Amino acid sequence: MTNPLVCVKRVVDSSSEVVLTEDGQGVDGRFAGFTMSAHEECAVEIAVQVAAADGGAASVMTLGDADSVEQLRAALAVGCTSATHVQADSQAYGPADVAREIAAVVRDHEAAGTPHELVLLGNDAADSGDFQVGIRLAYELGWPVVNGVTHVSVSDGEVTASGAGPDGHETFRLPLPAVVTILEGGVEPRYPSVPGRMKAKKAPIEEREPSAEPVGPSRVRLVLPPPSPSSVEILGEGAAAAPAVVDLFEQLGVLSR
Amino acid sequence: MILVLVEVSPAGEAIETSREAVTFARDLSAAGGGVPIDAVVVGSPDDALVKTLATHGVRRVHALTGPAYDAFSGAAWAAGLMAVREKAGAVVVMAAGTPRGNEVLAHVGARTGAPMAANVISFGGLSPFTVTRQVVGGAALEEMQLGMRPAIFSVAGHAVEASAADVPGDGELVVETPEVADADLVARVVSTEEPAPDLSGALKSARVVVGAGRGAGSADGFGELLELAELLDAPLGVSRVVTSLGWRPHHEQVGQTGSRISPDLYIPCGISGAIQHWAGCSSAKAILAINSDPDAPMVTKATHAVIGDLHEIVPAINEEIRRRRAG
Amino acid sequence: MAEVPATADVVVIGAGIVGNSLVHHLTRLGWKNVVQIDKGALPNPGGSTGHASNFIFTVDHSREITDITLDSVAQYKEMGVFTESGGFEIARTEERMEELRRRMSSAKAWGIESELVSPAFVKEKVPFIEEDQFIGAFWTPGVGVVDSLRAGTIMRERALATGELTVVPTVEVTGLDTEDGPHGTRRITRVRTTGGDIEAKTVVIAAGVWSPKLGDMAGISIPLTPAVHQMISVGPCPQLAEKEGEISFPIVRDMDTFCYERQHGADMEVGSYAHRAILHEPEDIPSIEQAKLSPTEMPFTADDFDPQLEQAYELMPELLGAEGAEQRYAINGLLSLTCDGNPILGESEVAGLWTAAAVWIKEGPGVGRAVAEWMTHGHSEIDLHHSNIARFHDHQKRREHTRLRTTESFIKTYGIVHPAEQYESDRDQRKAPMHDSQSKLGAVFFEAAGWERPFWYESNAGLVEQYGDAVMPREHEWDSRWWNPIINAEHLRMREAAAVIDLSAFCIFDIEGPEALDVVQGTCVAQCDVAVGKVIYTPVLDAKGGFLSDLTVMRLGDDHFRVVTGGAHGMADRAWFSGHLPESGTTTLTDSTDTVDTIGIWGPKAREVLASLTSDDVSDEGFGFLTCREITVSTGAGDLTVLASRISYVGDLGWELYVPMAQGADLWEALLEAGAPHGVIPAGIGVYGTTGRIEKGYRAFGAELDAERSIIEAGMQRPKVKAADFVGKEAYLAQRDAEPQAILCTLTVDDHTSASGVKRYMLGGEPILTRDGGSLTDGHGHHPYVTSAGSAPSLGKHVLLAYLPVDQATIGNELAVSYMEELYPVTVGSIDATPLLDPSNERLR
Repeated sequence: MTNPLVCVKRVVDSSSEVVLTEDGQGVDGRFAGFTMSAHEECAVEIAVQVAAADGGAASVMTLGDADSVEQLRAALAVGCTSATHVQADSQAYGPADVAREIAAVVRDHEAAGTPHELVLLGNDAADSGDFQVGIRLAYELGWPVVNGVTHVSVSDGEVTASGAGPDGHETFRLPLPAVVTILEGGVEPRYPSVPGRMKAKKAPIEEREPSAEPVGPSRVRLVLPPPSPSSVEILGEGAAAAPAVVDLFEQLGVLSR
Repeated sequence: MILVLVEVSPAGEAIETSREAVTFARDLSAAGGGVPIDAVVVGSPDDALVKTLATHGVRRVHALTGPAYDAFSGAAWAAGLMAVREKAGAVVVMAAGTPRGNEVLAHVGARTGAPMAANVISFGGLSPFTVTRQVVGGAALEEMQLGMRPAIFSVAGHAVEASAADVPGDGELVVETPEVADADLVARVVSTEEPAPDLSGALKSARVVVGAGRGAGSADGFGELLELAELLDAPLGVSRVVTSLGWRPHHEQVGQTGSRISPDLYIPCGISGAIQHWAGCSSAKAILAINSDPDAPMVTKATHAVIGDLHEIVPAINEEIRRRRAG
Repeated sequence: MAEVPATADVVVIGAGIVGNSLVHHLTRLGWKNVVQIDKGALPNPGGSTGHASNFIFTVDHSREITDITLDSVAQYKEMGVFTESGGFEIARTEERMEELRRRMSSAKAWGIESELVSPAFVKEKVPFIEEDQFIGAFWTPGVGVVDSLRAGTIMRERALATGELTVVPTVEVTGLDTEDGPHGTRRITRVRTTGGDIEAKTVVIAAGVWSPKLGDMAGISIPLTPAVHQMISVGPCPQLAEKEGEISFPIVRDMDTFCYERQHGADMEVGSYAHRAILHEPEDIPSIEQAKLSPTEMPFTADDFDPQLEQAYELMPELLGAEGAEQRYAINGLLSLTCDGNPILGESEVAGLWTAAAVWIKEGPGVGRAVAEWMTHGHSEIDLHHSNIARFHDHQKRREHTRLRTTESFIKTYGIVHPAEQYESDRDQRKAPMHDSQSKLGAVFFEAAGWERPFWYESNAGLVEQYGDAVMPREHEWDSRWWNPIINAEHLRMREAAAVIDLSAFCIFDIEGPEALDVVQGTCVAQCDVAVGKVIYTPVLDAKGGFLSDLTVMRLGDDHFRVVTGGAHGMADRAWFSGHLPESGTTTLTDSTDTVDTIGIWGPKAREVLASLTSDDVSDEGFGFLTCREITVSTGAGDLTVLASRISYVGDLGWELYVPMAQGADLWEALLEAGAPHGVIPAGIGVYGTTGRIEKGYRAFGAELDAERSIIEAGMQRPKVKAADFVGKEAYLAQRDAEPQAILCTLTVDDHTSASGVKRYMLGGEPILTRDGGSLTDGHGHHPYVTSAGSAPSLGKHVLLAYLPVDQATIGNELAVSYMEELYPVTVGSIDATPLLDPSNERLR
């Protein structure tokens, strides 16, 4: 049985224009709403699949404010069976702080007799883009880490992880316990079903305080990049532009016969 | 000393993003009064590579060699970087903002206990050591202080243009064979295959990609777009909204977290062009945006555009293609 | 892209369902040089139309909304974008079943095919529903879904085809310029946009949730609030996927959980009105670029929806729990809500600046047509007075009021709302000067135009016992909700002695100046060129001869007329009279509502009581009926100069007494004190507004009278028509020569006993049928319904007013009223304005 722990972060959905909070310390989510990072959605899916493959149970955790429970419930709705919420302002936590808090949860769960052999994270968070929490976590735990893979399976106490590398599709195989960080693209994360969502609503959530004061993210502030100038050539409006479009296709040589 | 991890392509050349990182390091060096720049490469570089790096201003090229480096392991690469750094006393450790560059630097950060900044585009000052880096997929920038030594950061692609130094470096090759602990080789590539023809493979290598966004309207709104794709022998790529609404499968997603494409022509239809999506398609040589909103970011960033409802325009294009082929 | 033209005859701001319908109907009615702009792109600029669930249930308790909805359905059908699916409103409780029976009344009254059906009937048509979750349903086969975006495009294209429309999308309004006119009025002159300015004398704000922001640009209040309606989509559901097309199963409104389930292809959409009211400010709606989906599809807040998800699952477990059915789309969709639930239509206080906002998909095309007619002819075929922007009093124009009221009413969207139900929030906006005294008397306050008005006084509770069964007690809780037998006891005491009634809520405005007579002559049907000191009761008509109001006018001087009208409709009346002031500016209209207080005293003892307080002559000879003049009234606080007007809306001798607001309490106390020895009591509006007037067959604006009714059909014609011209005269003269199509009749209920033995009392809105339950249709094609219902304690009868087909309007005709799906026998008692009580008006002398 594999009982993976998947770590998610409540982030602002960045599929629209980004708006910063007034203090410049974060992204304002009141318009776009909040979600977990796309990589983490895949990590959740992998955690659920890995657990289902050998009768284990997938757990989810997050570090964030009270609202971040929404992301835990989202993971519970698609197949995670238990959740841990470290109550903290995630903006005040740097990558090393977050890694330390995850490690504390992993150790406590082990001490409580519900160990995780595999910890899954997204390769990088959609907002802070630090690219390092998983690796720092591995050092905290003294476990090996595979970074940025799209496929994960577990058998016989070994994890096999693979993904695109500069030289081709690379495969890693290593004994558990291990940390693996996930890139989107290898699995299709499922959407919650109605019964799943109802189950998630009722699932208990382990609430806990952080284990230590955070060092912080070394952030001074966020700013928006200047807009880039446009040099677009408008070919026309509506259906009447079709000939001009096909002319362009011919000019670019993309219209095969 | 500034230490830069330089990644080498299968053809044995320094990749562009690494050369950009070295170029970036030169500005840093100048700001620090001429701090020397050393490069670290994995494997045995040929003369041309060493010469290229010298041209870019590198003093020494440290080549990590030995069986530990036969296959990739982030921990082993970091161990090598640490060994060079300790020997030569680097105050800054850098890499390209590639997946591998960021990964290895994260290991260095964990090993040194120092913060690590990913995807830096500029530095603001040396004391305190302040950098500006891309966050939220490039939609926002973060000013960040690196208060500890070494200062560890990766340089985002295209932050600077790679260029030769006014005064070339010595380009001295130093072969390193650092001790690598067994633990650092546990998470190691055990096999590398040709990229399997995965579901999104066609997107990444296509000459033409037809894109579709929220403007398609519904899961049933893709008929004419798929027809255009077929006429152009192009795969369909979609925005994140389309996959998160469940209209199309994830593997068709183009964007920061989906496939990154670089076709000769990208035809985004009804895609507003948020940064999330732009991150995946900005390498296209030409972009023909079809959108009802002339102010949509995708239109302003495109090379060509047609304004209007895609459900009127795309069928007309399909008809025009068929007409010309028939004629 | 189309350029923003420099000038336009009319600019329509908004390209949602309302704006698109407006440009179509305006060009159809002959408007030229029409410009339509929207900040979004077409065909879906990102407003509420774009995410609407697009289904239409036709039955509403409001005739105005139902008529607009039926007209919209007809238009959608003509455009070929309507798909009939049928719809159920299911009841989980007996209380809801009763509400569905009441809905049957409305359906019959408005002539819509509906029936009450069993769970098995529902199961037959919706096989995936759990029958044991509900006890019955209201089935309307004509319910359906529309493609509102397609409809918008069709209407825009029709307008474009006339060659008179220019559409400019992706242009945002940055300012609305006005210029000052006479009497402190303003007129719209220009629309400023990101694409350039447009000079225009007529502008329509049809910008949905953004309308308040645009109103602010011109300094007018469009009091609506963007509010969240949550919706999720679950699928693909195999039960739905196997059917072709968008919708094959009837829509289910789960009324007791405030949810609906609506098939959309292979998906089931579940929408909710059960969550807490989630309101936004128009300024806080994201831009198109900032929004993830569209500006009005805000991020879903799952916690708010979870209880509904569970209830929906209980109702359709096999469907919503089907293998592979996932929740892929979920939004907090924004729609517009107003303090009274009605749209905001019509010309604002800025001349030429119109609004058409807070409109739902089911009303869009109908509103577009009606507002276009209004803009073209000055009136519309469908009466829109409940939706007129001019209806709002100052306190209702505040955003805070809208927020508080919509917070209270949101949960009632599918609620069971009693016709007399009172709001709890943001009360005490306007208090009569004698309010404290009324509170001490145990007044039960109802709200009217923001005023707190006593509906009855608990201090009169002792009278109930005294009058016994004559107070016509009501056994059923629904019939007696927001009602009290004390009202009828107060009524009986008024008829026996007299009653003092607080009328502070009256709207009063003084028209003064050299053209004052012309203004009232030109707007009122009755002869206003009368001697100073005369009181005139008059209808006010629109150009097509429909009622805009009925009110009284006092001639206080050669150049001074005082208009007194009901509080609820007073603002619209004020706007109408203001709009008819001459351009010269020498004649003015002054609103005296807040400076002049009105108190009434009526009953056989009224003269005696007033005489005891004044030395002026108040005898019938000295102070005739329909005259007014100043008298001196002695009060404990000294002598007051009181404008007394001898008129009556309750059918008894008495006066309306006008004093400065500050002296209202003194006059009130003096009247009660002087009246006490005669048995005079304070009486509430329950007497004034219902029992007193209904015994006398007096019509009420908004009930019997509205823009779809004529003087002739209301039975209010006088022998002669004045020579002077007035608005609606031509139409009125034509009406006098034509045969009426319906006649307003007074009916009495012969037997109140229901099948269960409980006596039931109608409250208004019920259909009038033949004795055996057959349908009746008048010459307009309308079905008769009760316009007013109330006790007539002096007659010992429950009285109903209704417009009947001409052939049914015979005294003694035996018909039936349907109430809660049971028939009660009624008999026609009067077929004109002849009152059932005191037909020769002896009591008024």
